[in-house]
Amino acid sequence: MTDYGAISLTGRKKDVSQKEMTFSEKLYLPGIIKGMGITLKHFFSKKVTVQYPDEKREFSPVYRGQHILMRDENGAERCTACGLCAVACPAEAITMTSAERKPGEEKLYREEKYASVYEINMLRCIFCGLCEEACPKEAIFLTEKISNADYSREGFIFGKDKLVMKPEQQVL
Amino acid sequence: MPKVTIDGVSIEVEAGTTILNAARQIGGDLVPPAMCYYSKLKGSGGKCRVCLVEISKGSDANPNPMPKLQASCCTPIADGMEVKNMTSQKVQDMRKGVVEFLLINHPLDCPICDQAGECDLQNLGFDYGAQKTRYQEGRRTFDKIDIGDKIQLHMTRCILCYRCTYVADQLTPHRDHGVLNRGDASEISTYISHAIDNDFSGNMIDVCPVGALTDKTFRFKSRVWFLKPYRAHRQCSHEKCNGQVDLWMFGNDVYRVTARKDDYHEVESFICNECRFEHKNKADWTIEGPRKLEKWSVINQGKYMKRTAEVNIDTEKALLLGRDQDRKRLSMVTPEEAKKK
Repeated sequence: MTDYGAISLTGRKKDVSQKEMTFSEKLYLPGIIKGMGITLKHFFSKKVTVQYPDEKREFSPVYRGQHILMRDENGAERCTACGLCAVACPAEAITMTSAERKPGEEKLYREEKYASVYEINMLRCIFCGLCEEACPKEAIFLTEKISNADYSREGFIFGKDKLVMKPEQQVL
Repeated sequence: MPKVTIDGVSIEVEAGTTILNAARQIGGDLVPPAMCYYSKLKGSGGKCRVCLVEISKGSDANPNPMPKLQASCCTPIADGMEVKNMTSQKVQDMRKGVVEFLLINHPLDCPICDQAGECDLQNLGFDYGAQKTRYQEGRRTFDKIDIGDKIQLHMTRCILCYRCTYVADQLTPHRDHGVLNRGDASEISTYISHAIDNDFSGNMIDVCPVGALTDKTFRFKSRVWFLKPYRAHRQCSHEKCNGQVDLWMFGNDVYRVTARKDDYHEVESFICNECRFEHKNKADWTIEGPRKLEKWSVINQGKYMKRTAEVNIDTEKALLLGRDQDRKRLSMVTPEEAKKK
């Protein structure tokens, strides 16, 4: 019969014993000094954490963060509420209602139909980028911005106030 | 009875049947698509050139092939005729060209158009069209004409199939609209912007293969693939209408009412305007069950097509719906609650 207790699959198996401690072990001081030495060594080694948000890690060029609803070169919203992002969304995070553009609103909305309500439930969103891929109007993109944390559930449902591109973000 | 062979499949049909109708009797993939032909409307067909087929053997009496492709919707069969549709490369190339021609003046505003998702031209373009347009000139545009508060006319999307004018001729007592001008300037219009008001005018919405005529009461309300179609009926007082319709619902809300359509997207029976526009309330209808759609239709997306019984789950409300304070935004409320706001 195989003695399974003797096999170490990882090679790191150690026998635990409850031997009586030696005199130097009983003193504790050598152990504490050894431990402090290790701590001191790490003071001077390279840090693994970064001081976010003052300092940011380098992102992958294909990183997908918070969504943005784009404006065109005249500042009009590109989204026409066609619903393709919502139908493409595997997490069913996107909801919208559409409305008809009234005369005089041509500067606000690019097409004759626009999204009067556009909401992304960030609790559901898995940042897969399929909405970006489905969009026929180049209206929705996933930016490099990390989506903020919040205290309430309601705060995670991003409406047009948070999603639509701010005028100062526009690069012409 | 004369015998015709379409794509290698033989069928005996009555003399005088057109090739398209013979193919529809066989069914399946070999049926040529049709944008203007409508079996319920007399005289329709012959305009869009989408249904052209190759006739590789004229008949037993004259076995020569026909020199040019023939419109299957208005060519009657002859005994021993052999037709090639899907098996002919010539037909495939032709159809690609015809789709390109149909799309020359079509605005391609599918993201805005209410017909998107159930549009015959979209299907045709998907099946046969090229990926890119080669057309660079400006597209034909029209001044907007208001033809009443029920029907929206987008003349730019029209492909001039003339189906709607046949509806006006054959279903309604007097003709309200027709085609003005000629050639590529021709347009569907009511004469001097008369509003269309008769009991069956709404059928031109269903008959239109593109989004040129759409339901104004449903305009921009939702996209068809977010709605679930149900077969339903009601007792209709109009003598020509049997009240059998499709209800397009979201939750318990009726968004629009259309006539029932068959495999070739043709209306099974025309319905009156009262059924179509006036009864957008679930209580007015007897629901028979979900409508079956083609397997590849986008409308199937994310829906169970089995008939679902309504269930009331006996538990705390908070477990099912969450806390009230968390449900202030649209995404988290039921459609009924959203309506109240």
